[in-house]
Amino acid sequence: MSIRISNKPFFERVEKGIDDEFMRSAVSGAQDRLEGRKAESTAELGTWEDWRDHAEEIRQHTLENLDFYLQQFAENAAAQGGHVFFAETKEEANEYIQSVIRRKEAKKVVKAKSMVTEEIGMNEAIRELDCEVIESDLGEWILQLDDHDPPSHIVVPALHKNKEQIRETFHEKRGYGKSSDPQELGRFAREQLRKEFLSADVGITGCNFAVAESGSVSLVTNEGNARMVTALPKTQISVMGMERIVPTWEELDVLVSMLCRSAVGQKLTSYITGLTPSKAQDEHAPEEFHIVIVDNGRSKILGTKYQSALQCIRCAACINVCPVYRHVGGHSYGSIYPGPIGAVLTPLLEGYENNKELPFASSLCAACTDACPVKIPLHELLLEHRRDIVEHEKGGFTEKMAMQGFAYAATHPKMFQFGGKAASPIVDRFSEKESGPGPVKLWTQIRTLPSQKDDRFRDWFEERERRNNGGKNS
Amino acid sequence: MNVSLFITCLADAVYPSSVGRSTVEVLERLGCSVSFPRNQTCCGQPAFNSGYHKETQKVARHMIDTFEEAEWVVTPSGSCATMIHEYKKLFSDDEKWQKKAEDLAAKTYELTQFIVDVLGVENVGAEFHGSVTYHSSCHMTRLLGVKEAPRILLENVAGLTLTELPLKEHCCGFGGTFSVKMMPISQQMVDEKVQHIEETKASYLVGSDLGCLMNIGGRIERTGKPVEVLHIAEILNSRGEDAV
Repeated sequence: MSIRISNKPFFERVEKGIDDEFMRSAVSGAQDRLEGRKAESTAELGTWEDWRDHAEEIRQHTLENLDFYLQQFAENAAAQGGHVFFAETKEEANEYIQSVIRRKEAKKVVKAKSMVTEEIGMNEAIRELDCEVIESDLGEWILQLDDHDPPSHIVVPALHKNKEQIRETFHEKRGYGKSSDPQELGRFAREQLRKEFLSADVGITGCNFAVAESGSVSLVTNEGNARMVTALPKTQISVMGMERIVPTWEELDVLVSMLCRSAVGQKLTSYITGLTPSKAQDEHAPEEFHIVIVDNGRSKILGTKYQSALQCIRCAACINVCPVYRHVGGHSYGSIYPGPIGAVLTPLLEGYENNKELPFASSLCAACTDACPVKIPLHELLLEHRRDIVEHEKGGFTEKMAMQGFAYAATHPKMFQFGGKAASPIVDRFSEKESGPGPVKLWTQIRTLPSQKDDRFRDWFEERERRNNGGKNS
Repeated sequence: MNVSLFITCLADAVYPSSVGRSTVEVLERLGCSVSFPRNQTCCGQPAFNSGYHKETQKVARHMIDTFEEAEWVVTPSGSCATMIHEYKKLFSDDEKWQKKAEDLAAKTYELTQFIVDVLGVENVGAEFHGSVTYHSSCHMTRLLGVKEAPRILLENVAGLTLTELPLKEHCCGFGGTFSVKMMPISQQMVDEKVQHIEETKASYLVGSDLGCLMNIGGRIERTGKPVEVLHIAEILNSRGEDAV
């Protein structure tokens, strides 16, 4: 898998999402629960808006000095025996990871959940070497067993599945014979995964935040699987997006607090793991610790009007409140990054060609902008994308003409008023189902236009002015 | 106070005159002198939200010129007021027009915001007998930051029972061109909104933005639900009759 999870056209994906009643009820139920929990956990802080300001400041400061902090991080990690590799492209990242696996003659890799490794299609690259890759995050593991079903959410990858479907997958793929009780399912997964942790040659994790001052990598999980991945195999690889860095542990503290509350409404998650390369020949420490810092198009975003998109801490708060995501689910976006942040980020990383609809798949309600703990103006970035698509991309000739016509009419009041007057009886005629030209027809397919009473405000006001002998009208 | 009315294109051309009329009458009852600059057209939102920057700039310049002399600009639409507040972003390379855009934004208010925040009035003396639920428009609540004013005014209407709409801040699926371009998604959103409105058992759905009301009302009418849709100005202007 890479950033793209489907080659089907956008509206086909949307239709599939809308038709999936189960998925939609799972998503809306999860959204409502998460929204409530987030509200409670942020209210406890009392000054949520101040926290958001502070978190935004940290992210902006780090991005503005990214070269400095990355260098500081790399030097500190290397000084302690870590191997830091800067990968400009996903191919470079995968080649480096492959080279480690080859050298170690590894046959099995165990992984903790990581979006960036999905983005670069790392699993496929590893499988090319005849090496097995086992996902250890419960949700990711379920998806992997289910013939590599793609994740539909950044934090809860299997959000679109229910326990019955999971039981069925376990039964079909692993001979599971018990009930769909979540505890029993969880116990089975744990037993299965434990064997994998113990027999893996290499452990691969993502990185929630890298700490520049100490050259450390930190991971936030609820299942503790990242601890198993980082404690058992003797060779460790952490893959991080180049923007996932904080200057010191102090900023990490702030951002982790924001992440946990925004993602799942928790004050903290069950496990927050900090890993620093170590030269000491401790029998419990990994023998090798590699950190792969992935650019894959990020540096092109720096210094542009889209830079704030890199502030993202992958909490999914924007996804959790998005009314569009609520009804179409994560797979409709066709990218491993769904929801508002996906609609902003995917075209930046992958271009417009396959993603032209994404910036338009938003009603611009701004719930995402309001929810973002690091204050990315998501709906404004979607508007910027629309502007760039209109100004720099081909197509949309009819719309272009219509908008130019609109601008002409809206700056020539007489014409605009004439248009309004003429529109009334026309609109009336087309208020019936599925009639009217172009957009009107689409509108009237599901809605009825207001009925006209030949009683326009402008006429009423002017008539009233006349009655009052004028004077007030300007 | 001299109020220049920005009536919005939907209220002027698509809807019958009652929303505009109610807006004028409520403001006059509260002591304002109301004028209607004839050259006004549209705030430019359809072009802006579709990514047509240059076209929006043209419309914005026209709106700025039209309302340049106004003391206050009041509009019965949260999203159109928001759009005017967005104008300054259109002119980041043009100091002169940016300044003019800021001047217009500073004196432009949505109707209920103007009544509560500028006139300092929380009870307009209206009387309306009926159970009402209120839809919070996205741009008005989140971008313009007006959450309480319509609620305060509705709570003070004699005879009116206000029932909270479940998930009241969820978008109704209008979003201007979104409702057409992304029709299948918009339909799901408006259907969920209509379902929540039905759950309140209220007889009237009230809002402060004709775009949202046209979307929700159009769906209510098509699906034959027994709910009447009203603009908040119509409620604030009612004097005891059951329906407007």
